[in-house]
Order: sequence, then structure tokens, then C-alpha cells
Amino acid sequence: MRARSLYLSLAFLLVLPVWAGLDHGSSASPAIHGGLSETRHVPGAEGPTRARGEEAPPFQGGATHIQHWVSASGARVYFVENRDLPMLDVSVSFAAGSARDPSPAAAGLARMTHQLMRLGAGPWSEQALAEALADVGAVLSGHFDADRAGFSLRTLSDERERTRAVAVLRAVLAEPHFAPAVLVREKARAVAGLKEAATQPGYLGEKAFKAALYASHPYAQEASGEIEAIERLTVEDLQGFHRRHYVARNATVAILGDLDRAAAAALAEFLTAALPAGEAPPPLPEVEVAATGSERVIPHHATQSHLFVGMPAIRRDDPDFFPLVVGNYILGGGGFDSRLLNEIRVKRGLAYSAYSQLEPMQALGPFRIGLQTRREATDAALEVVRKTLEDFLREGPTEAELRQAKDFLVGSFPLRLDSNRKILEQLAVIGFYRLPLDWLAQYPARVEAVTREDIVRAFRARIRPEALHTVVVGGQREAQSN
Amino acid sequence: MRDMRRRPINPSTLLWVLLIGLGLAWVGPARAGQGETYEHTLANGLKVIVKPDHRAPVVVSQLWYRAGSMDESYGTTGVAHVLEHMMFKGTAALPDGEFSRRIAAAGGRENAFTSRDATVYHQTLQADRLGLAFELEADRMVNLTLSPAAFAKEIEVVKEERRQRTEDNPHALLYEALMATAYQSHPYRHPVIGWMDDLEHLRVEDARAWYERWYAPNNALLVVVGDVEPAAVFALAERHFGAIPARALPLRRALAEVEPRGMRTVTVKAPARLAAAYLAWHVPRLADPAADWEPYALEVLAGVLDGHASARLPRALVREQQVAVDVGAYYDAVARGPGLFLLSLTAAEGKPLDAAVAALRREIERIQRDGVDAEELARVKAQVLAAQVFEQDSLFFQAREIGLWESAGLRHQTRRLRFERLREVTPEQVQAVARRYLVDDRLTLARLEPQPVEAGLARPTARLLGDRHAR
Repeated sequence: MRARSLYLSLAFLLVLPVWAGLDHGSSASPAIHGGLSETRHVPGAEGPTRARGEEAPPFQGGATHIQHWVSASGARVYFVENRDLPMLDVSVSFAAGSARDPSPAAAGLARMTHQLMRLGAGPWSEQALAEALADVGAVLSGHFDADRAGFSLRTLSDERERTRAVAVLRAVLAEPHFAPAVLVREKARAVAGLKEAATQPGYLGEKAFKAALYASHPYAQEASGEIEAIERLTVEDLQGFHRRHYVARNATVAILGDLDRAAAAALAEFLTAALPAGEAPPPLPEVEVAATGSERVIPHHATQSHLFVGMPAIRRDDPDFFPLVVGNYILGGGGFDSRLLNEIRVKRGLAYSAYSQLEPMQALGPFRIGLQTRREATDAALEVVRKTLEDFLREGPTEAELRQAKDFLVGSFPLRLDSNRKILEQLAVIGFYRLPLDWLAQYPARVEAVTREDIVRAFRARIRPEALHTVVVGGQREAQSN
Repeated sequence: MRDMRRRPINPSTLLWVLLIGLGLAWVGPARAGQGETYEHTLANGLKVIVKPDHRAPVVVSQLWYRAGSMDESYGTTGVAHVLEHMMFKGTAALPDGEFSRRIAAAGGRENAFTSRDATVYHQTLQADRLGLAFELEADRMVNLTLSPAAFAKEIEVVKEERRQRTEDNPHALLYEALMATAYQSHPYRHPVIGWMDDLEHLRVEDARAWYERWYAPNNALLVVVGDVEPAAVFALAERHFGAIPARALPLRRALAEVEPRGMRTVTVKAPARLAAAYLAWHVPRLADPAADWEPYALEVLAGVLDGHASARLPRALVREQQVAVDVGAYYDAVARGPGLFLLSLTAAEGKPLDAAVAALRREIERIQRDGVDAEELARVKAQVLAAQVFEQDSLFFQAREIGLWESAGLRHQTRRLRFERLREVTPEQVQAVARRYLVDDRLTLARLEPQPVEAGLARPTARLLGDRHAR
């Protein structure tokens, strides 16, 4: 039997460290050593596979196979039929992430609501619910970030298993218990997790970085919340948040697998019919980007310094999405194809990992550069980061770099579509962010159309050196002398 | 498998990572003739295993060398993993960095990992580009440059990797101490990444010796899963690897772990907030997939304890008694070296670690005394059944399982027996293995004693870096 690693499960309880990507099944490792995920290079779209029929049509990204409709309950539904394996994946997402916490004084409400929904619902107590899923071998998991909260269900598609598993998911969405004893326990676990996290440089840096970038915007808040706020949470708070946000008109249902359109329609209806119609929440406030950046050093005992450099930069619906994705691959998203990893690691041996990342979100998501290096190399690494970024902003990529980036991004496109899990993620994102249905079909052509000038213009418009925020946890001499 | 990777997980996936909970992928039989494997061994001893999976026009190629950290010696621990890094640093024909560049230019993803048992290089590509992966792998199987200058830089990268994964991670330190204590004579006691002092003293000659000793076609296994035809893959393998001569491999010593003669305890003090513990018992591995029953019973026991949210450990320790915030049970039946049955826990805040450990051990005693009931067993078997389907969703996972079985000396075809045998496990067998193996004399207990983080260092303090800020 394979279970999660202690480190990963604890990490999940705490925050969701950015490197905790679990792929390829749960790690058999009891240890700690990160996930088993392969490196993925860009935060771009992943999408549906073709349903492989007898005629085996040429590969087209399968985008034409996405079916979309609005259920009678008001939920938006996205469906891809795929009969290759006798299984079914369903995800239901809501605009109910941590950015929907009503105030900093309630930081953690959205997360705690989401957390408790699975811990007892409908006719099932917490234990009975877990047993009901286990009895049919189904896996119910949650996803939660600043924008989005929801649940994903993986089950065998046979009638017996599917019916039971789907009934549990319906109850989780519409009829969670929010039992007082469970809340007391989960608050204690969350608080313990946050206290543990506060000893870890990665968490401290991430928190300070978000605070620097987002000031009073809801994105400033770590998804896991704040200890004092969590301790104040009541069952009524959770019930209120649930009533307001987990409503049909705020729901995106993604369905993928071994069923036909009629069955998918019935499934979407079944899952959301018990939800109040409600209303989708208003858009998040605009992010105000400060004209000047900031610098902060947080002393820490760790052997490595953690560096964060960045600013708010990209929305999910950004018209320059593709120039930014391609440019970021060249700057620091493309691993050994990127300037950052070459400058920091290959040429200088300063770090194991160094990257730049664009995180497109509903409102302006962050651009960031991150790395970890031995403390005495902190200043040297920071200099390299700044120079690499400034050079990139000034000169843009070379034609050779651009060609390489496009070859990878276009050539690897089918790899984004090679499993049901990846397709489901794509569907959920396309649905939640209301991307066009031909998003995937268009992806290779839009990458191919990007020019050097597009990249320079798009980056200069969003990344300004004087507006960058820098957070260092650890630090060169500062920490040692403190 | 405890893996070291050459390349970290790219945080640019944050957005996607938020879906990580999607669950566990396992593997099993599928529809429409999927799931068959085809095997062919070249004249030079390179074994090639192909598993067609035509769901997407994609292929995964994994080249397994049967040399992991368990083949290392004192003084040069970590060399297997260091060589894995060096394998990307150029050959006579291909300059440093060119391997990764060419695979990327073909739209491929590549990486590598080192475990205690093996070192694995892998690529994922559009299926018609498999030849490129073979060409480049064959080249670096024999033509690696291993320059002292490149080594000098890369060893610094590996030391950073060790700091990142282990030195600054209390649970990693605890696990390292557990392994070094549970294993006395077997080299599983060494961390895959190596001890820091050994990394400080490794030389390029050590890496070269390792390369010359183990990197040969007759010590390798090529696993290909995806949208391919077996005959074509065999021909392609012959074309690229066929000319590489077999080499005499060094004698593999039989490495045994001494019979444990009493409980061992090790304590790690590190900055942390919550206490934690690992409990590990020496148990058998799977040796004969058809005849053995104990390893399967141990797998089911791990499932009964922590196979799902309603399993015994999370229920008893986290939800009911609330002495722990997290628990886990782990057992890998398939590996080259001697096995451990491992439990982990992170104590709840303010709860003494010893009380949490005692509670954990009471759950074991309960199974030893009262056994498990049929309903629990049925639940674990339902997981097995579903997992057998779910695992087929990942090409990479399917290839990895084949490699794991083969590198452990088991024929991968016998893996299908595993699912049958797991379903045949009885409550009596689960109780029997708990009684026989989860006893004090076979136990190693590793305790993390949290040390206070110095107050001044834990509190964020604003401070300017100086005037080097970008203009």
C-alpha cells in the first residue's frame, strides 16, 4: 500500500508548498524528498485528449471534443467523453477561494469551510462518509487556492461504484454538517500547522512576498489563513460562507470519462440540483500595483537563504498571455532552456533550483523569481537574478531562444493531454476562467505567432525593475549577526 | 522509493498543483487489449520492455541502470546521484547542456532520478520522436565526458540540493537518522543523496569509476510505454544500442541486514514546532510473487492502517484521540534490499510525543490481539481493485512499475499476480504478519524533539538590503 509521505501530507496541512506537485500516483516515499512530479515548464493550458476512435483522426488537441452547457440549476458544465478506461473524473469548482475571505479578520474562513465540507455530509458522518468512498474505491480530493475552491472525484464508471461515489459528492457540496466537534479539531490542526510553518523559511518568505505585492488586496492573504482568525471561527461563520458561495450559479462542473453526453448531463444536474441557485460573487477588486517596490530581509537559522523577487503581473484573461508564457519560458520557466537556471545553476553552481513563474489569476497574479542558495551566496545570487532580469527586459530574447521555446511549447503540447487527470485539470480551468472552448485548439498556433517584439513589449509593460519586491529569508551576514 | 531528482519540481506549476489532491494513480488491466507487455533482449544484454498504450500520441521512455545508492561504499556515498547529474554534462559528440536542449526542441520532457536501488533516465515525447531519446541515451551510455571543471560546479549544485532537501528539513533529518539506525550492516543505511562530508570529498575520479563500473547495456533495462508498436521499438533499440558492447560487471555481493536483536531508538533535535516520530520494523520483501503471502498481507495491513481516510490510524489518532495531526503507514513489497514496515506520526500541539507513540502502538497491539474484520479487508480490496484501473491513466507510472519490479529482480509479468494475491489475503494472515513482525525486537523508533526556533530569528523583521536595488 502506498500512502502519502509524512512531509507531503504535513505540508498539505500547512500550506501547499509550491514544489509539492504529486504526479504519477502517490509517492511511495515515506520520506520527504519532494514529490515525484516531473518538471512542467509553463503555467500554460493543458487539455483534453482526443477520444481515440477507430478512425484515429490526426491529433488536434481534442478541443473539438469539449462539450459545454449550462445545467437547469445554473451551473456551467464542461464535458469530454473518453471511453478508454472504465473510470470517471468529475470536478466541481466555485469562486470560493481564500480571496473570498470577507476580511483579514476572517483569514482562513474560506479554507476551513472547504476543509470541513468533506468531513461529514448528508446522511453520512465523517467516518461513514470516508467509508462510503473507500467501499467503492473512489477518491475524493479537494482543490483550493486564492481564486478557486472545489472537489474532484475519481471513481470506477461501473453503475454500483459510480452511483455511490457521486451521491457522496452531491452531499458534500450541498449538505455538509459542519459539526462543532470537527471544527474544534480541525481548527487545532490548522493552528498547529501554521505554527510549524512559521518555523520554515519557505512559508515565511511566501507570506512576506504576498504581503509586499498585494498590500490590502485579498491576494495578500495566505490561503491557509491566520492563527487568530482561525481560532475565532464558528460553525455559523462556515455555514454562512457555504450558503453564500457554494451555489449553483457559482459552480463549474468538469466531467471526463466513461459516459455519454446524456449521462453527463444527468450527472451535472444531480450534483448541483440540491444547491441553491444563488449568484456568482462579484469580481475581485483590481490589484493596485505600487509604483516602487520594497526590500525585506527576514532573519532565519536555515542553511539556505530563500529569495523571492517579483510583482503583480498577469491576469488569466491577459491579452498578452502567450507572449508572456513564451517569454517566461526563456527567462526562467524553461528549466535548462532558461536563462535563470543557466546563470544561477549551470554557470555558477549557486542553487539546485532557480525559476521564474507567471501565475495567471482572476485578478492580477504574481510574476516571481525564486531560488534557494547557501547563505554566504545570497548576495551573489541576488545580483545574478537582477542582472538576468534586467538584461532580459532590455534586450528581449534572441531569435534562437525564441525558436527553442516555441519548439518546446508546441512540440510538447500533446504531452499536456496524455492522461485523464491532465484533461480534467484543463477542463476545470477553462470552465472556471471562462476561456474560449477553442483555447486548446488555438494554443500551438498562438504560441507560434509570438514575436520577439511581442515579448519585449509585454514584459516591459508589466515588469518594472523599480517596482519589484524582494524578500530574502536567511540572508548573507544579516542573519548571522542578528 | 526514495528518489533524488536531478531537476526540481518547477514551481511554475503552482496553478496546477492546486489540483494535486486528485488522488492516487495506480495501474492494472484495461480495455481493448491494453496492458500487454512485450520483451526482447539485445545481444549485448540490454533488456527492452514495451507496453503499448494508444490513448494519446505520446511515449515514455525510461532507461534503468541497476545501480543505486545501495551499491555505494563508505566514503563515496552519493556518487550514484552525482553521476546522474553528470550524465547531462556532455559527451564527446554532444556539448554540456545539449542533451536537454535537443529533447526540449523536440517537444520532450526529460529528467532523471536516483533511488537506493537504481538510477533512471527518462523522457516523454511525441511517439514518433522516440528515436531521438534512444540516440542520446545510447551516446551517453558510453561517451560521457566527465570533465573536472563541470564536476566542480555540479557538486556544488548537489550540495545545495542536499541543503534544500535535508539539512533544512527536520522530517528529512529524522528519516535519515531512522534509516541509519534501522539498517546496521546493509547499505540502505546511507541516504541516496549521500552524507554531506562525502559530498565535500567526492572527486571526478569517483564519478568516473562509478560510470565505468555500472553503465553498460547488460546492466540496463529500457522500458517504453505509449503509442508505439513493440517490433518497431525493438528495431529502434537495436539500431541505437545494438553496437554497444557488453561489459563484465563487478561481482554483486550478497548484502544482508543483520538480524535485529532488540529495539533501537534514535533522537533527532532540530528546529521545529511539532514533535514527530517514525516507527520501522524489519519485514520481508516480495521474493516469489506466486508463492509468497506475507508481503501481500503486509501491504493489506498498511491499507487497513492508513489506506484511506476511514482507515484505523487517522481515525483513532487524528480524529478520536487527537494525539496526532498526521499519521501514515508505508510498506514497499518490491525492492532489492531488506524491507521495513514504516509508521509515521506528527504529534498534536501540546501532546507529549511518547503518548502519541504509545497510542500508535496500541493500534498495532489491537490488530495483533483482535485481528481485523472482514469489512475492513473488503474496503482495502476495493481500493486495490480501483487502483488497478486508475493507475493506467499515467504512462509514466506504468513504466515505473515495470522498472521497479525488474530492478528488484522480479519478472514484471508476475506483477499481475499481485492483484490476485492481494484479493486473497485473509484476516488471519493480516493478524499473523502483525504478530510475527511488528514486535519490539524488530523495531526502530526515531523521535524528532523540536528545538525552539530562536525568537529573534523567527519573527519577520524589516531590513534594507542596501542600495544595490535595481534601478
